[in-house]
Amino acid sequence: MPAVADTLRHRHLLGLSTYEADEIELILSTARQFREVLQRRIKRVPTLRGVTVVNLFFEPSTRTRTSFELAEKRLSADTVNFSVSTSSVSKGETLKDTARNIEAMKIDMVVVRHKSPGVPQFLTRCVDAVIVNAGDGAHEHPTQALLDMLTMSDHVDQLRGTRVSILGDITHSRVARSNIFGLQAMGAEVTLCGPRTLIPRGVEELGVRVTHRLDEALEGCDVAMALRIQLERQGTSLFPSLREYHEQFGIKRHHLDQHPDLLIMHPGPVNRGVELAGDVVDHERSVILDQVTNGVAVRMAVLYLLADSPEAVG
Amino acid sequence: MEPHDVIKAQLMDAGDLERTLHRMAHQILERIDDDAATAEQFGLIGMQRRGVPLARRLQAFIQQDEGAEVPVGVLDATMYRDDVHLRPRQPIVRATYIPFDIDGRHLVLVDDVLYTGRTARSALDALMDIGRPASVTFLVIVDRGHRELPICADIVGRTVPTVPGEEVRVRVHELDDREGVWLVNTSAPPQPVGRTPQDEA
Repeated sequence: MPAVADTLRHRHLLGLSTYEADEIELILSTARQFREVLQRRIKRVPTLRGVTVVNLFFEPSTRTRTSFELAEKRLSADTVNFSVSTSSVSKGETLKDTARNIEAMKIDMVVVRHKSPGVPQFLTRCVDAVIVNAGDGAHEHPTQALLDMLTMSDHVDQLRGTRVSILGDITHSRVARSNIFGLQAMGAEVTLCGPRTLIPRGVEELGVRVTHRLDEALEGCDVAMALRIQLERQGTSLFPSLREYHEQFGIKRHHLDQHPDLLIMHPGPVNRGVELAGDVVDHERSVILDQVTNGVAVRMAVLYLLADSPEAVG
Repeated sequence: MEPHDVIKAQLMDAGDLERTLHRMAHQILERIDDDAATAEQFGLIGMQRRGVPLARRLQAFIQQDEGAEVPVGVLDATMYRDDVHLRPRQPIVRATYIPFDIDGRHLVLVDDVLYTGRTARSALDALMDIGRPASVTFLVIVDRGHRELPICADIVGRTVPTVPGEEVRVRVHELDDREGVWLVNTSAPPQPVGRTPQDEA
């Protein structure tokens, strides 16, 4: 049994780079208990009654926002949604002024997504509320990595020693970064695989293995995590064509036959026939929908564990 | 014992605890007869953490004396507590696992110590969200007084008047290094939440 902390040593969740194994284990074990709530007839507990959470999304997001919103509602928190298209940001308000306005509304927790890395960290300096990073640029997306680790832990004995290959666009991926930090803290072995143009130079210094060949990445691997190729970036010619990408880096049916224990994950949304062949997405060893269910439980756990009272500290 | 506990008196040794549990198992059996309900319509709910092994021992006594199979469920009421915003850190959420349908069933809620009654209140709320039991009977090893809510136990091992600063510790060999019930003085300071340099930045 890995060690479990009895409390988080952080007040915010900005990223997993500073979280240690026992804290991650606490989040995962708490999430397993919240998952039981999601199986009940009444899928709601009164835990965060009276706590107000604002979902501050400066970047379009459907699934992460929905998942957070559902987690907040399942915990009986009061939620406010604030998205860029409907807000004063489009009228030219600065981030700091937006934050101050939110603060004046007596918000306890802020879930924030922004295209610029470091925005969650910046908000911790502007407001007293607890900040949860829901994705900041290509920096981190910690709740995604936590739900990925929760999903993996259901299928492997322990994360320590589990071999995980992350495939695709590593350079632009906050999911990859959070997973690298989290998985390494838990003692998993991480391999990155993708075209040279999509893997940052010097990334080996993080202690990961890098390969540009899919068969090498899948050899001896327990979990293959394919990342979404961002079709909107196609104009920038980082690889010749989607078809060629699929040929070289897409997981196809014969890979599943060659590796009978390989688990397939994807943070979604999937481009069928690009990162994963259609029959791989629907295969019984693809746990993509489990990831979605686990996302709500992990976010409930994070909100619960961070919902402290600043006045009660010390 | 907890780190800051100073033992004042031992209230029960292992033998006393065993006899008390045995007696309480009989009190449960009387209710099974009284209500003209069969054992199949009963269920024991152990409250995390020490109520769980206590409920299993009651189950074993009932099985041994009457041959009746009463199922045991495990309940953690942490999510239903009323003091989330008053605490510097959150208590650990433990498993809730009730492997039977509680609708229409006569439940015996088992806990080690009854004090303010707030835990019992949250446990009742948790049960009501899971289903609609026919009745709930509340069983505790020690009632130490100082209720803050209109709650009382139906089956009590021992009533022990306490004063502020005192705590009652029930210890069981399944979870602890000793077995019995102790009255202690505690001076545990509130635990501050750890902060990292990143948070302070």
